[in-house]
Amino acid sequence: MEEKKLAIIATKGSLDWAYPPFILASTAAALGYETEIFFTFYGLQLLKKNLDLKVTPLGNPGMPMPMGMDKWFPTLLTALPGMEGMMTSMMKKKMASKGVASLEELRELCQEAEVRLIACQMTVDLFDMDSSEFIDGVEYAGAARFFEFAGQSDICLYI
Amino acid sequence: MADFDEELDASGLNCPLPILRAKKTLAGMESGKVLHIIATDPGSVKDFEAFARQTGNELMESKEEGGKFQFLIKKA
Repeated sequence: MEEKKLAIIATKGSLDWAYPPFILASTAAALGYETEIFFTFYGLQLLKKNLDLKVTPLGNPGMPMPMGMDKWFPTLLTALPGMEGMMTSMMKKKMASKGVASLEELRELCQEAEVRLIACQMTVDLFDMDSSEFIDGVEYAGAARFFEFAGQSDICLYI
Repeated sequence: MADFDEELDASGLNCPLPILRAKKTLAGMESGKVLHIIATDPGSVKDFEAFARQTGNELMESKEEGGKFQFLIKKA
């Protein structure tokens, strides 16, 4: 069977949006795809050694909330201090209770399966980040490096 | 259910963990050996069918029993 290729651009740095790139990449690798994820802008948060990602109901009317709060709770109040921390902790508990893998676990599984993780060098410089903040095994490169692989890929996703 | 050589209990795990664990277990097995997988994720039924088609490993059996999904996969 000819090896298929999957190229993903990960641009978001919230707890909820961190899942799709790692779930899809690890699954694709298990199916025999050669897989690469290019992390740019807020997506770089997903490569940090200490993942401290949050989820917020603010500006997200589609997010289910406890006790049906999404139906009656005024949108403006989702900006209250503590709301983000509360929703993040509830989301993590919910995920653990449903047997959903932690991000750390999925990320490790990606690395074990030889998914290539590429950090956008330009964004690293832009935000004054340092490679010591990131996990080992990350490659630092630019857009041209992404296209080299994306141009031959069978599937290319922007997340 | 037919005989098997190794067993993987993926009960309580959600997508994509049953597939990833199965892939890992199969990687350590010899060709022709059979893996028995137990899962509780209802999505795993379609997922293991797709996994078998795409990896070339044969899905010999797939059934539900008492809320658990059981699969037999023969390593290619």
